[in-house]
Parts: sequence; C-alpha cells; structure tokens
Amino acid sequence: MRRMIGGALAGVLALAACGTADEPDTAGGDTGGTTAVKLQLQWFVQAQFAGYIAAVDKGFYREQGLDVQILEGGVDIVPQTVLAQGQADFAVAWVPKALASREQGAGITEIAQVFQRSGTYQVSFADSGIKAPADLKGKKVGNWGFGNEFELFAAMTKAGLDPGRDVTLVQQQFDMQALLRRDIDAAQAMSYNEYAQLLEAKDPKTGALYQPSDFTVLNWNDIGTAMLQDAVWANSEKLRDSAFQDTAVKFLTGSLKGWAYCRDNAAECRDLVVKRGSKLGASHQLWQMNEVNKLVWPSPGGVGVLDETAWKQTVDLALTTKNQDGQTVITKQPEAAAYTNEYVQKALDALKAEGVDVNGTSFQPTTVELKEGGA
Amino acid sequence: MRGVAGRRARTAVTAVAGVLLAVAVWELYKWVGADDGTSVLGVRVLPRADDAAMPHVLDVLRRFGEPELAGGAELDQGQVVGLVVLRACLFTLRAVAVGFGVGALVGLLLAVAMQRFRVVERGLLPYVVLSQTVPLIALAPAIAGWGGRLSLGSYPWQPWMSVATIAAYLAFFPVAVGMLRGLQSPPPVAEELMHSYAAGWWHTLVKLRLPASTPYLFPALRLAGAAAVVGAVVGEISTGTRGGIGRLVIEYSREATADPAKVYTAMLGAALLGLVVAGAVGIAELASNRRRAT
Repeated sequence: MRRMIGGALAGVLALAACGTADEPDTAGGDTGGTTAVKLQLQWFVQAQFAGYIAAVDKGFYREQGLDVQILEGGVDIVPQTVLAQGQADFAVAWVPKALASREQGAGITEIAQVFQRSGTYQVSFADSGIKAPADLKGKKVGNWGFGNEFELFAAMTKAGLDPGRDVTLVQQQFDMQALLRRDIDAAQAMSYNEYAQLLEAKDPKTGALYQPSDFTVLNWNDIGTAMLQDAVWANSEKLRDSAFQDTAVKFLTGSLKGWAYCRDNAAECRDLVVKRGSKLGASHQLWQMNEVNKLVWPSPGGVGVLDETAWKQTVDLALTTKNQDGQTVITKQPEAAAYTNEYVQKALDALKAEGVDVNGTSFQPTTVELKEGGA
Repeated sequence: MRGVAGRRARTAVTAVAGVLLAVAVWELYKWVGADDGTSVLGVRVLPRADDAAMPHVLDVLRRFGEPELAGGAELDQGQVVGLVVLRACLFTLRAVAVGFGVGALVGLLLAVAMQRFRVVERGLLPYVVLSQTVPLIALAPAIAGWGGRLSLGSYPWQPWMSVATIAAYLAFFPVAVGMLRGLQSPPPVAEELMHSYAAGWWHTLVKLRLPASTPYLFPALRLAGAAAVVGAVVGEISTGTRGGIGRLVIEYSREATADPAKVYTAMLGAALLGLVVAGAVGIAELASNRRRAT
C-alpha cells in the first residue's frame, strides 16, 4: 500500500552493490515453454492488486506464456529496490516514491500507469469545519510520512500554509483510532481502505455505524495536488533486451486483461483476493475492489497508459513540495527513460484485437454497503 | 519424592495465579480507569480503558472461537481465529527453533574462539556488540534480498529461512557474550590443576570450562530464546513473510479500528510462542541440573 523507509533505502542499495554478482536471471528462466516472471507488490495481498491476482488465477498470464509469481510486500520491503536489485522482474510502486528511488540510483522504468487517479484522502469529522486545505491551519494533521504525505503538503502549500509551522503534524498509525477519538483533527486515509474502516466503526454516541455525512473528505484529485500512484515498473537494464521487452508486453497484456476482468466481475475478484489469504472482511474487500476500480476506470486513453499531463503534475509537485524537513521528493527532472508507453500500447493493441474493452467508458461503480468490522 | 511433587504443584498453582492476577488487573483497570485515559499537562500518563483500546478478556477469548474473516465464513470455510493463530505460531516456531539453534551454536563457537585466542576476543568482541546496533529495518530487507539469490544445494531458499536468519542474528549475541564469561569463569587454581594433569586445551575445555559455564549458559539461552522470538516476529513483519504470527499481528492490527479483540488474539499467540521457547530452555536446564546431580 505505502510506507517506505526512505532512509533505509540508500543503505540497502549500498549493501546490494556489494552483494553477490552471480545472480540468476529470473526472467530468462524458461520452464517448459513458459517464462517465469516475478511481480513485487507494495503491500500485502488485497483488492488493490486484484487485477494481477485475477490474471494469475484466471489464466490470463498463462495465455501469454508467462508463469507469474506474485511476491507480497512487507513493512520494510521497498518494491523499487527489490526490482533494481534484480529480485523481481516487475514491481508495483507509487510514482513519486519510485522517482525518489530512481534519483538515488535505482535503474527502473515505468511501463504502465494502472491507477489513473489518486486514492488518498484527508478525512476529518464534519463538525471540525475542515472544508478546504486552508482550514487545516492550527489543526492536528495526521499523515503516514515516508513519502506518503506530499499530496497533503502540496495542498497546504498551495493554500498558503507553511506545513512546518501552521499545523501540528502527527505520525499516524495503521488504524483510524486517532481520528475517531479526536486525537487528531484530520487523518490520511486511502479511499479503498482506511476510509472504509471509518465507516465500519460504530459511533459510540448513536450505537450505529458512522455515515459518510459524519465526515468531510479532502480529495486531492479535486484540489489539484494529486500525484500518480500504483504503476508498473520494470528494471531498466533488463528492458534493453528485446526478449524481455516481449515479456513486458505479454505481462502488461495479461495484467490489464485482469483489471478489465475485475471491472466487470468485482465480487468474483474479491473472492480471488480472499483466497490468496487476505485477512480483511468480506464487505471491506468488496468496497476496496469497487474503489480501486474507480481509480482505474474509466481510462480515456486506454488502461495503463500514462497521461503526460498527470505525469507532469506529479513531477512538478515532487520537485517543488517541501515536507516538514524542507526536503522535496526529487531535486531534478527525471530523464526521458523514466517512463514509456511503448509496451502498454502494444499490450492494448493485443487486447483490442481480442475484443477486450480497454477504456471502460461505460463503467459504473456499484454501491457497496459496509458492515460493522468490514463483515 | 513428596517434596518434589509438592514443589511442582506449587509451581503450577503460582503460574495459574499469575495469569489470573494479570486478568484481574486488566479488568480492574478497565473498571476504574477513565475511558479516555488520564492526562497530566496534556501528556497521557495512564492508558485509555475503553473497549477499543482494552477489550474485555472474555471478548478476546471469544474472538478465538469466531471465524477469522468477518462476514467471510463461506469464503474461507469459516476457519476460527484460534486455529489460524495456532497454525501461525507453529509456522513461526520453526523459524524460531532454527534461528535459536543456529544462533546458539554460532554464539558458542564464537565464545570458544574468543576464549582460546585473546587476539580474537580483542578483535571480534567489539564487532559482536556492534552487530546488535544495526537496526532491523535496514537489515531485514537486505537479508530477504540476499536470500532470494541463494539456494541450499538443490533446495531453494524459502522466505522463512530469511526470518530464521534474522532470529539467529539476534540470538547469537547473548550466548556469545554469556558463554565467553562462563568459559573464563574457572579460577586460576582450577586451570593450574588441569595444567598439572598435563591436560591439553581440549580437555580443559570439556572437563573444566564447559561445566563451569553452565550457570552462565542458561540465562544466556533464555535471553537468546526471547531474542529469537522477537527476531522472528519482527522479521516476518518487516519482510512480509506470509504464514507466521508476526504477519498476523500486523494484518490484524489493520482491523484494530473496528475489531480490537482480534489484534489481541495474535498478540497472545506471540506471547504463547515466547512461553514455549522459555519453557523449552527451562526443561533443558532442569535436565542438565539433574544429570549433574547424579
């Protein structure tokens, strides 16, 4: 989902540099006519990654001659580092964090932008009167740090606040207790996860579940400080090999078919995610699937295609927004090799030839009713 | 004989009483403590006592018997939390046992080497101490990364082996330091006696130093056991290794907002794991004492 230990990264990279040199080439490993491929996720299995899981379980990768192994993330697993070390062939990572890793020397290239929109909210109780970023002034503002806070900081900066002085910043935990108990006035929340946790909790005053009307949500997509999130990255060096380029196209073809499948079969994809061992409740997972679909669909330019305006906005914010330590995500423009739409376009051509709807223009999210505890 | 049986019964009663006392203190604090905790000058000095922060013991126990997945009974065949936690404990126990064993062995060998050669002690001991100051969050991903490239013969490296490596990394330290002290513990007189028997280094080690070090060994092993459990749990959280109790702690903690009792089931599981390891060391100590007594 998020959480990367930026400080540890440089050390890990340095350690990796003096690690073993004779690493096996995982992508080249042909096993009985299929190519073995490893995909590193950013977090535990959940509906956020449903498209890839569906592509494995429904055989979409197999159609492409790929045998894809999904590697789960952990608290200290930085997908782009795993990728740069050659431990995985592809990784799912947020764009700003991956750009930061690139600047520190990770040789990685974005090959598909799966989430077209940002899923991060800043949520507060409706009675706190926080209706715009400027209202955060003087409030206790929770955030996860580790590179997850830049949309919030950009919004505050845009509203004329100094994030270091005008608000009290609080490091947030994994759950939403701090907001519910009003230890903080505004909390960072993913639309597909923590926001749902709020709506699954009981209001002690009424004894009923909290309702969306109890909260106000600052949505960075509307405020204009959204940054690109889940994208597929590949190891730049491997990408120079034409055989690996084919693998990349095939991998994207399978993955994006999986995402199209989950758009049309949200409940079934939820079940696939649960079968993979996710521990979150049933209605919570369905909510997550539905919210993630909203981030992916509709895709006017085709699913997975990186929109250059959105990329530019992300890069500009990453260059200019300072966190409380006065640091920006990146210090110079990423060079041209940072992303390419070449492979995703080929994958889309293949999918269109198959008759798969790659735009989802008619996509309509459903309404998921959350139950107590995500049951 | 009656004395031994009586002592055992007393130990059992004390253990049960200890658990009951802990439960009583927990519930008592819940009863008298303020729901919002107690703050002095804006700093909370006493924790919150509401159900979200401190669920009733009974609720936690009840949670063990309920399906793991809220509302998902038909999705995962309705596995109860207790079973999932137990299975996770067994999974982690493997990493703990391997890590503990390897760590203790490495610690022992290091201690013997350091006792034998002063130059090794002077050169190595600072690094042994230094090794424990490396933060786990930097170490764990690196170990997981190296592990991905290794294999034991034809047997590929498994994620739990990375976890066992982290456990061993924490476990070797107390054994190395404690055993070094133990091996150095015989008084010069005893060493001179061995010398007068024309006993070589090996005989002195086996007949004098090792027996003399047992009072240092078992406390060191207790520490190593605890360190191995912590290392395995943290290692699982850090590297995202599926299947163990550390992973359950972090997975369940994500649901703490609406299902606080569930988090405590995993924590109790981790505590149980610590008790099992401590118990194993205790039994080993008992056996060792008995053998010496006969």
